[in-house]
Amino acid sequence: MLIGRRPILRRAALTAGAVSTLLLLAGAATAEVLGQPTPGGLGLPATVTEVGAETQFFYNVVLLPIISFIGLFVLGLLIYVCWRFNEHANPVPSKLTHHTGLEIVWTLVPVLILVFIAIPSFRLLAHQVEIPEPKVTIKVTGNQWYWSYAYPEDQGGGFSFDQFLKPEAELKPENGDVRLLSVDNEAVVPVGEVVKLQVIASDVIHSYTIPAFTIRIDAVPGRLNETWFKAEKEGLFYGQCSKICGKDHAFMPAAIRVVSKEKYAEWLVEAKKKFAKADDGRMRVADERDAR
Amino acid sequence: MDAISTEAGAHHDHPTGLRRYLFSTNHKDIGTLYLILAVVGGLIGFLMSMAIRAELAHPGISVFPGLSALLHGTDPTNIDAAKNLYNVFITAHGVLMIFFFVMPALMGGFANWFVPIMIGAPDMAFPRLNNISFWLLAVALVLVVLSTFAEGAPGSLGFGGGWVFYPPLSSNTGHPGPAMDYVILSLHLAGASSILGSINFITTIFNMRAPGMTLHKMPLFAWGMLVTAFLLVLTLPVLAGAITMLLTDRNFGTTFYDPAGGGDPILFQHLFWFFGHPEVYVLILPAFGIISHIVSTFSRKPVFGYLGMAYAMVSIGFLGCIVWAHHMYTVGLSLNAQRYFVFATMVIAVPTGIKIFSWIATMWGGSISFRAPMWWAIGFIFVFTLGGVTGVVLANASADRQLHETYYVVAHFHYTMSLGAVFGVFAGFYYWFPKMTGYMYNETLSKLHFVTLFIGINLVFFPQHFLGLAGMPRRYIDYPDAFALWNYWSSVGAAIAAISVLVFFYTVAEAFLRKRAAGNNPWGVGATTLEWTLSSPPPFHQFETLPRITGSGHH
Repeated sequence: MLIGRRPILRRAALTAGAVSTLLLLAGAATAEVLGQPTPGGLGLPATVTEVGAETQFFYNVVLLPIISFIGLFVLGLLIYVCWRFNEHANPVPSKLTHHTGLEIVWTLVPVLILVFIAIPSFRLLAHQVEIPEPKVTIKVTGNQWYWSYAYPEDQGGGFSFDQFLKPEAELKPENGDVRLLSVDNEAVVPVGEVVKLQVIASDVIHSYTIPAFTIRIDAVPGRLNETWFKAEKEGLFYGQCSKICGKDHAFMPAAIRVVSKEKYAEWLVEAKKKFAKADDGRMRVADERDAR
Repeated sequence: MDAISTEAGAHHDHPTGLRRYLFSTNHKDIGTLYLILAVVGGLIGFLMSMAIRAELAHPGISVFPGLSALLHGTDPTNIDAAKNLYNVFITAHGVLMIFFFVMPALMGGFANWFVPIMIGAPDMAFPRLNNISFWLLAVALVLVVLSTFAEGAPGSLGFGGGWVFYPPLSSNTGHPGPAMDYVILSLHLAGASSILGSINFITTIFNMRAPGMTLHKMPLFAWGMLVTAFLLVLTLPVLAGAITMLLTDRNFGTTFYDPAGGGDPILFQHLFWFFGHPEVYVLILPAFGIISHIVSTFSRKPVFGYLGMAYAMVSIGFLGCIVWAHHMYTVGLSLNAQRYFVFATMVIAVPTGIKIFSWIATMWGGSISFRAPMWWAIGFIFVFTLGGVTGVVLANASADRQLHETYYVVAHFHYTMSLGAVFGVFAGFYYWFPKMTGYMYNETLSKLHFVTLFIGINLVFFPQHFLGLAGMPRRYIDYPDAFALWNYWSSVGAAIAAISVLVFFYTVAEAFLRKRAAGNNPWGVGATTLEWTLSSPPPFHQFETLPRITGSGHH
């Protein structure tokens, strides 16, 4: 082995091995496409929002090490106890049934661990739920079985449109289309701006989520829920309906394309023409897509 | 001398044949009936899970069109029928496993059999009530199976909205057909069965302990059942109210859950989960009790920290009633509401951790024999810990934001239930089978059962953590190709788990055919509770003379 006798190189190789294993286990992006699930992925997908980064840190650096440690610790104790106190190794059992000190420790230490988890947990929660002043507000409606988006007139919108799963026959993988994720009309938002989503449903409960933004909010009939995100990178970001809503629950993805502020302004103008011409976008004559 | 006897001449009644089981007032016979029902419910639920994993083994829809053709005679090219049937299967799988497998096995089966014996009582406080509890559940099972053949969503059969049946999907908007009404009726009966059974357990445990058995000397399995019974009595009526309002919304024009009439779909969720969360503790507390008995028996040591263990179960039960909305973090709750439920949910980890460490401390210094029940118990401690820590992750609303309704949640509750509670069921089964039947099973076969199930079921559910983290939603018949790898391995695990089911049935059959006598106490000095002082099987009526409990302090 080339590394053999050079202690520094061996140490470096070991460190590299350890670090890359840790990264792999911590779910770092290896061969992934932003905005889509990574094939064979082990951890959280790459995120493009600050809240997303904070969530990833909370899971990968705070929660995952703690729960891994606890799992391995209990496993280790069980293995040790089975080895050390089996009937051959220890034919006479002790009668010990109390140890106040131990009982205090194993009550207090979990409490301390929970407090340690709670601090970043509550901070992140406030960041997720409290909505900063938005630049763009979009109303999202969940329907059986598609999402619709309405852009308000006073923000350059004044149109709405439906977002359907692209049927398998129409997929163009060479264009980057993905089965069960690609849609006909993408929702477009500008990069680097706070976008507020107001989410509701028209029939049954659905749930709107974009994993790359770490947002998830239920779409409930008669209840206008709100969430927000600020995408720091351009790209195409997918999510899938996350509350069972009937036969096509798995077939109503969401897709948001994040573009530069200039492109967004252009898109608003085009979209106004494209979508305002048709009916208000919510009523559709049943066609071959419904029979799929 | 009879301690408990009402009519002269009736106290040695030992009915036979159909009367013995149809009109049983004997807690042991009723326990056996419940165990048989649990096998039936569990088997159907298990077969459904095999169909689900077969479908999910590869991307695309492959299994369910043919399955729908087989079950309902639909056209094999009808993909919509397949999608609906899949939703019906995941719904029925959950309902069957919870209400018709784990609960009848642990509560109806083992608790009915052994709580009276453990406290030195001749039977339950209300033997005839016990009987109707069982038959109500049997009818409930028939109703839920029937529901899958009634119309649900327009143009399809059965209810496919998940075991939580949220409206409006479960009201006329989503499922106008009568399937959901059958499900509601089934739940009413199952709920009544459990409420009556819980009243029976509470009365029995409070009033019929043998002289000298104070509550602080009572075995931990009885403690677990006491807390379980209180949880059910307090929370099932809330479920009953919730589903009755759903029934009237569906059939009598009310709008409790319809915003168009001033109602709120979220009301249902609050009411459902007020029952639903304590329900999961109902599923695990009896298993906690069983594990305590087994660990103590096979370590030949009393349980470490008996009072701590008993009151940990009490506090888990109490806390379990005030954390329900951690299932609702994404419905649009206020920040303060989410904060409260995060805090309260995390607190439950403390008494649960105390139990895990106390079991290990019971083994510490013991003289452990690795008979089959002990394998299951040790396996339980490990897998329940894994399920518990992913629960701590999900308790945090900020992490749940990413993981809610993904396969991470599916992995969490299957680790606590399908590994935890089910290991508890099999642990209790192998521990008490010799007592109930008088026969000893083959040790190698029972250990083979453990090994195949342990490997298979871990392989099913561990990769599902990866799927959830990567973003795969639950209750999906098909998924983007990126999720293929771990779905494939999860399905391989299901095939291995299926082998374990065959091993189980073979083990049981072999024991009944070989008829090896087990004796009063096959487990030795570590088995200190009262059932081991009786014959195997116990007499039809035991403790007609009450035992006297002596000895210093509690266990």
